[in-house]
Amino acid sequence: MTAVGTPGRSSKPGLLLRLRTWAPASILVVVAALVLAASFVAPYDSAQQHRRLPFAPPTRLHVIDTTGALYGRPFVYPVTASMDGTYVEDRSRVVPLRFLVRDGNDTLRLFGVDAPDVVFLLGSDRFGRDQLSRLLHGARISLFAGLLAGLLAVGFGLLIGAVSGFFGGWIDHFLTRLTELFMVLPWLYLLIGIRALLPLHITPTQAFTLLVVLIGLVGWAPPARLVRGVVLSAKERDYVQAARGFGASDLYLLWRHVLPQTLPVAATQLAIRVPSFILAEVTLSFLGLGVAEPVPSWGNMLAALQEYHVLVSYWWMFLPAVALVVVILCFHGMAGIVQRRVEAS
Amino acid sequence: MRRIIERLISSLLLMVAVSIFTFLLAELAPGDYLAEMRLNPQISEETLTALRARYGLDQPLPVRYLRWLQSIADGELGYSFARNMSVGPLIWPRVGNTLLLTSLAAVFSWLIAIPLGVWAAARPGSWIDRTSLGATAVLMAVPELLLGLGCLLLAVHSGLFPVGGMTSVGSEDLDFWQRTGDVVWHLALPVLALILASLPTLFRHVRSAMLDALDAPHLQAARGHGIDRQRLLFHHALPAAANPLISLFGLSIAGLLSGSLLIEVIMSWPGIGPLLLDAILARDLHVVIGVILVSGLLLILGNLVADTLLLLTDPRIRR
Repeated sequence: MTAVGTPGRSSKPGLLLRLRTWAPASILVVVAALVLAASFVAPYDSAQQHRRLPFAPPTRLHVIDTTGALYGRPFVYPVTASMDGTYVEDRSRVVPLRFLVRDGNDTLRLFGVDAPDVVFLLGSDRFGRDQLSRLLHGARISLFAGLLAGLLAVGFGLLIGAVSGFFGGWIDHFLTRLTELFMVLPWLYLLIGIRALLPLHITPTQAFTLLVVLIGLVGWAPPARLVRGVVLSAKERDYVQAARGFGASDLYLLWRHVLPQTLPVAATQLAIRVPSFILAEVTLSFLGLGVAEPVPSWGNMLAALQEYHVLVSYWWMFLPAVALVVVILCFHGMAGIVQRRVEAS
Repeated sequence: MRRIIERLISSLLLMVAVSIFTFLLAELAPGDYLAEMRLNPQISEETLTALRARYGLDQPLPVRYLRWLQSIADGELGYSFARNMSVGPLIWPRVGNTLLLTSLAAVFSWLIAIPLGVWAAARPGSWIDRTSLGATAVLMAVPELLLGLGCLLLAVHSGLFPVGGMTSVGSEDLDFWQRTGDVVWHLALPVLALILASLPTLFRHVRSAMLDALDAPHLQAARGHGIDRQRLLFHHALPAAANPLISLFGLSIAGLLSGSLLIEVIMSWPGIGPLLLDAILARDLHVVIGVILVSGLLLILGNLVADTLLLLTDPRIRR
């Protein structure tokens, strides 16, 4: 689609192009690693509160102290909240940042400071919980909900689309109408509507499962329609007809010859759907219909911004949204690459 | 003409399907408003039975569905237990507000997307093309949630715009023009957020449709004849590219409706979004399915309009 240089140069792609090809995937791999290792990378538990330090700004790392002496490793100054809610550093005492420490619960952490002092690299929220820890733990919920829902939706779409396109007749007619019905309803309304009919107060695990199933089931229609189109043309190919002539069963044909041809479409759809499903989880949790406190998700972390004074005063409360934009950008980049590969082959 | 009638009939069937679907959804839901009342020890079993009979909840499913259809025909759309009134009078003014917001956003984003898309497609690879492609790629990754919050932040910081709502306090005392001005003032930021949300998709579709159209043999020929650039783009290429764009117009309504839900909630615009959310939290099922039904109908209507336009403009389909 986009111009990627002249044919003469395509054999040796430029640095910018190579960067554009590899950057999204690499960033996503790094994010996935950070998220999987959340309880090691994060300095605190996601629910651990420091009630005396609400909305503390990001802790500054220093290497030079007030006397001008240079330190070998970074340190922080203890912070105290003054009466009007602003924070001041107490420069009289140096708190060294330690790496590979064990905290009170004997969990190994990448870094931390000795209690009772704190290090909030990305600030803290209303209960004095570390934003960085919550961001990492929340990513587990938000990103994996999107990924699982995407797999579910594409898998379901693959099944429905394949059955519909391959067998034809009244099955096809019925399934196509059903697909149309699901595509005609604005999906956010549908999602919220179905969520409305289920119990509101449920445990985080139940909420997570519910969201995955719900988002997956609401989102199957577009992949199903695309897969059906591919199957319709695939089953007319000569070699499929030949295999049928040799007496191959429907199931064998579907599995061996037809489904493999739908895989490029399925892969593209997965890359397109996952970010929008991540967004769906964030949206539902933002509205208070998804994963509930104290378990963090990017959505319920952002919900704090619904209060004006939080929105205006504490910029670090926007960080989950920034992370969200980065992740979505990477997925869009990946989708573009997958699509170009598919079109090229 | 026959085609239009066919589309009309299939749209009607789709509406019936949507209504059955939403109704079943509500029926299958565990627990309703009365079930929550049962938990209240001050309400006796007899009262509950009487209430069930009064609202017709003891009737079999098909009868209840027909009654619900009847109430839709009356414009009532069922009954809100939480607010003790028909759903219809609750929803219609809200639908008007949502339509005001979404239609303004739709008009403005098309007005921006078409010239920008044509301009970019006329000079592929130029700085304007690359800048707008890059900008829309970034904008596509910014969720409506963030757009809404950003606009709210702008309102609070600049102080030039009202922070949410649709009217100022005391606006009832103003005359018609001042009231209109007040509403426009309140509309500015929600509309801006919605435009930013829908513009990237529209722009990209306009651009690619124009690129395809400009590539067609008859346009190459027209160019060969030396027709001037403006005329070529707007008289020859744009009509040729209109076909997929009209279909997109129907589809873009779904996106706008979904987007406006969040924007309405964040910026407290009194549309159907906040109504839906309140109804969910109060477990007021008839309002919930009423809103879903209405949003589905708006969408079907939008697609119907798009299909009709397509028939009117494209002789290949009309034949």
